[in-house]
Amino acid sequence: MARSVDQIFIHAKEWLLSPLAGRAPDWVIQITSSLINIAAVLGVFLTLFALISVLERKILGRMQNRYGPNRVGPFGLLQPVADGIKMLIKEDIVPARADKVVHFLAPIVVAAAAILALGVIPYGRNMTPFVIDGGILFFFAVGSTTELAVFMAGWGSNNKFSMLGAMRAIAQMISYELPLIITVLPVVMVVGSLNPDKIVFAQKYYSFGFVPHWFVLTPWGATAFILFFVSGLVESNRTPFDVPEGESEIVAGHMTEYSGFKYATFFMAEYLGMFAVSGLAVTLFLGGWRAPLPWLAFIPSYAWFFAKLSVLLFVFIWIRGTLPRIRVDQMMNFAWKFMLPMAFTCLVSAAVWHYAGRRLSGWLWSFAVVALVYLALSLFLDTRKKFTPRTYRFAE
Amino acid sequence: MNTIAFTIVAIFTLTFALAAATNPRLMHAALSFAVMFLAIAASFFLLGAEFVGLVQVFVYVGAVAVLIVFTILLTRRDAEKARGFNWSGVVIAIAVFAGLVWAIMKSASVSVAPSVIKALTVKQIGVALMGSYVWPLLCVGVLLTAALIGALILVIEDKRQ
Repeated sequence: MARSVDQIFIHAKEWLLSPLAGRAPDWVIQITSSLINIAAVLGVFLTLFALISVLERKILGRMQNRYGPNRVGPFGLLQPVADGIKMLIKEDIVPARADKVVHFLAPIVVAAAAILALGVIPYGRNMTPFVIDGGILFFFAVGSTTELAVFMAGWGSNNKFSMLGAMRAIAQMISYELPLIITVLPVVMVVGSLNPDKIVFAQKYYSFGFVPHWFVLTPWGATAFILFFVSGLVESNRTPFDVPEGESEIVAGHMTEYSGFKYATFFMAEYLGMFAVSGLAVTLFLGGWRAPLPWLAFIPSYAWFFAKLSVLLFVFIWIRGTLPRIRVDQMMNFAWKFMLPMAFTCLVSAAVWHYAGRRLSGWLWSFAVVALVYLALSLFLDTRKKFTPRTYRFAE
Repeated sequence: MNTIAFTIVAIFTLTFALAAATNPRLMHAALSFAVMFLAIAASFFLLGAEFVGLVQVFVYVGAVAVLIVFTILLTRRDAEKARGFNWSGVVIAIAVFAGLVWAIMKSASVSVAPSVIKALTVKQIGVALMGSYVWPLLCVGVLLTAALIGALILVIEDKRQ
């Protein structure tokens, strides 16, 4: 029973494909199968996007001691429909001096990259839309094209705010891509594969019958998870790292000259990117679609995946409601002086854990490595600055 | 099936390569260049070299194209202006192409009959890099580190003045 509920979507797809089997040539079946996968990913994540856009406003409202949207439909749940209609009927403005083609292509490329990245994440048992041996590499390869698209948006708009925003976005994306990728490497090293399914498979056992072998429960894994999550915040341009579109400084950064549905596409791509990074964090560190306790395995795998994803998304919103935006130079210093050394430490620490036998002693040694580097960095970087009058370089 | 796909990818590659070489607007040329990198990655995928194709996208579209675009933006004030067609570039390109064709035709691996191509897994490539090719890999690593430190020193000296 639990088994068939777990595989219900796989069976549904087989049922959809069954009229073709034996009649159509192989390539027709392959293409149809891929199209079903694409439709499923788009359907699920666009619904989730609509839901999260209203939930985010509700949660932020609650954190700021107000109600949030509550006029459209029950509890304001139909708000995304109203927003969608509003975005569709707005006038589509293209500046006269903009580069028309580049300006038009930029939102499409951003959205395409975010959707492609969602394709390699295992959402449940046998539920990876696009199975590829180097899935993790694929994720980062398509993610890296976002930088070019953001640049296209900034340059194509022919506006100083757009250009400044694009420069800032690319600077922070390149800086934080390093810790993002290097914190994935220990997991890849320990599992010995770039395949997301194998990474989930490697986290399937339990110690003493109830402690899952998730990588987040090892010292190197916990450090890497936190670093990965912070880098993910930056890559999806979320507060406190929303410097590229800081509305109090440069209007809306690279999105300044976009209106109507093109702006909505950027907005959607940002959320889809957030889902993709959270999904990868779940896969790499939180055991993917595996249950946290062995006797809870009767709950279907996709339910566990989306439960973990929702928790991470809530933390994204929580951070947005809590922290103010930081300055550009603070962000760069943080990336190069703290995140990068810590990311390399994760590699060393994972190696220590592996060669000390992946047991309690290995756990302690690995913890010692992380703690030592953290203490050294905090002494060396002199984070406890004294309170002195601020000096400004560019303003009186 | 594969021939059709190869023809489409080849047409794409050549079109965008030509666009990159001849487009009078520098920024459009750079962006066409990025699309051409994607098309080359597609031809790697057709050959079953999944890893190389992904690295092609990762390094060339994600890093090299951004680098080119930034260089144009930071160094040329006339990026908007149309530029004239440069015949010396055509001569150099043909010379390089001829040299490469000559070198490839001379090499021993072309004259051997092609064996059945097996798709390599990422793991096999990693083992080869860390095993028999570990010295070239380390040399490249040292070279890149030196370049990185050099770039940092340039920036620091710029600040002192």
